[in-house]
Amino acid sequence: MSDNLVDAMVHMREPEALALAQKMLNDGVHPLKVLEQCREAVEKVGKQFELGHYFLPELVMAGEMLKKISAMTEPFLKHEAEDKTARLGKVVLGSVQGDIHDIGKDMVKFLLDVNGFEVHDLGVNVSPERFVEAIKEVQPEVVGMSALLTTVFESIKNTVAAIKAAGLRDEVKIMIGGGTVTEEVRAYSGADAYGKDAVVAVNLAKEWVTAK
Amino acid sequence: MKDRYLNVTPDADRKQAALFDKWLSGENIPFADADATAAYRERITLIKDAIQLKKTPARIPICPSAGFFPVQYAGVSMYDAMYDYDILAQAWERYCHDFTPDAYNAPTTIVPGKLLDILDFKLCKWPGRGVSKQQEYQYVEEEYMKAEEYQDLIDDPTGYFMSTYFPRIFGSLKPLEKMPLLPPVNEIPCVPPAAIPFGTEEVQATLKTLMEAGNESGRWITAVRRINGSVMGKGYPAFSGGFTKAPFDVIGDTLRGTLGVMMDIYRHPEELREACERLTPFMVKSGVAACKAAGHIMPFIPLHKGADGFMSDEQFRTFYWPTLRKLIIGLVNEGCIPQLFAEGAYNQRLETICDVPKGKTVWWFDLTDMDRAKKTVGQVACIAGNVPVSLLCTATTDDVKAYCKNLMDVAGRDGGFIFSTGAGMQGAKAENVKAMIDFAKRYAGGNYV
Repeated sequence: MSDNLVDAMVHMREPEALALAQKMLNDGVHPLKVLEQCREAVEKVGKQFELGHYFLPELVMAGEMLKKISAMTEPFLKHEAEDKTARLGKVVLGSVQGDIHDIGKDMVKFLLDVNGFEVHDLGVNVSPERFVEAIKEVQPEVVGMSALLTTVFESIKNTVAAIKAAGLRDEVKIMIGGGTVTEEVRAYSGADAYGKDAVVAVNLAKEWVTAK
Repeated sequence: MKDRYLNVTPDADRKQAALFDKWLSGENIPFADADATAAYRERITLIKDAIQLKKTPARIPICPSAGFFPVQYAGVSMYDAMYDYDILAQAWERYCHDFTPDAYNAPTTIVPGKLLDILDFKLCKWPGRGVSKQQEYQYVEEEYMKAEEYQDLIDDPTGYFMSTYFPRIFGSLKPLEKMPLLPPVNEIPCVPPAAIPFGTEEVQATLKTLMEAGNESGRWITAVRRINGSVMGKGYPAFSGGFTKAPFDVIGDTLRGTLGVMMDIYRHPEELREACERLTPFMVKSGVAACKAAGHIMPFIPLHKGADGFMSDEQFRTFYWPTLRKLIIGLVNEGCIPQLFAEGAYNQRLETICDVPKGKTVWWFDLTDMDRAKKTVGQVACIAGNVPVSLLCTATTDDVKAYCKNLMDVAGRDGGFIFSTGAGMQGAKAENVKAMIDFAKRYAGGNYV
């Protein structure tokens, strides 16, 4: 039964996945257990993405199914059972100053979250000062910056510089990504790594928190 | 006609020759002198030879994509360029004068800000309206078309755009919701009900707004034409004329949005495919009309959601490629050369996209491996590209020159290649743009440095 939910989600059989989840909840399966299976399914989808078998449609659908099933669990959660599972680490994330695009950033946020990270999303058009403030406040292991426009490479560079000037550069690992971002931009900005997609971002974050 | 846009028609070659002749003639261009006329024709001939794959051009044509770089290079803001057409003109002429690429890009992507204000345009935020005055306009992705509206779009694309989509994307045109369906207006009793909405205050106000929008666009296009005349008059053709899009991108970019269209691949696959089919003739006809109006042969077609990573090869062949190919054939059958600007990487698509008629398209690549592109698509089409804008933004002039040399060695051998950038050059360092163009010109001329 439980394997069926994972299987239905991984193979993009949305109606079946939703029906199964609802049935599990109605049958008294603990909502956190249902959500745990959703997470397992999303991780498998991420793995298929990494292997080049799955692409954006499947990542988006996995996210949608998770969202719908999460909503289904709400009435069953009774709020005393808040998900307080230990988190792998903390990530501060945002689209850099001048850039208002959020699809790539949100994809990274979703996968980091599912993979056990506590994500602090600063939104779009985030100034270097705002990144610095958030780092002081949240004390994350990882900072992620997103950019789609070639005119905001300077913002990435300025943000890395601001983090350095605030004396926080050694406290965090910085990853950057987005449609136009390349290894050259990483070198130029002084970030630690560039990821070509959301799954790479998750792998980088995992690698960094484990190394710490 | 089920097989429309599937095969090249017998008169396509004749139509292509006629459009090339018209483009070459430069009629109505105020040429400075006979040298300018000759230079204009020489440059077009380089491009034509590269496209047709019949002979190696005298040298590789150098046609980078300016993007918004001229605005930044002139030291003015994006806001000023969008709101003051004289400033736009000065910026453009300065770029063309200082860098002299073989073909330039008309400044038509710097759209008039005042027009967007009049229409209360919702698809973007633009300088001074949601982004800083220095920053370029940026899209705001939403589901402007809802998933359950596919059938409405399929039934009547024009009616759907006018009465449902436009009221959502133009705040000032909300009263267009009241527009009647047109095919039912075909008998005497149908006339009065169809006219009634035009008597209402809000629809009349909307029509006045549209008149204002028309006037503003008129002022802008007059300025754009003056700029074009000035640049072409010095001997530099435009790199493209007109604009159209792959049907899948029409839906994925600004109707359903990226996330919406990706979900539709699973939730509404048949409707998505049917909607792409339904939009295809519109994209063919508008591309042909815009291209011919510009006196050009190459409509610009930016490709977005079909790139590597966006979907699997199977999904590309199922959802994206069939109607893009129809668009290509539809344009080719009218004599046009589709200029297919494949943003991102297309390494996974190279085999599929080889299925185009030989010597009748330009495939312009961004992050695609140009060696592989040359060996595949390069056998049937002119390839263009692909100096990375990230390099122009961040690297040294020596790095830029090294990249250009390798690119020209790999992609430029035996013709069939137009040297360009992988995307619009906004954000690039001026010294890198200069180094790129100067080097490419020298190297293309056989003056190996």
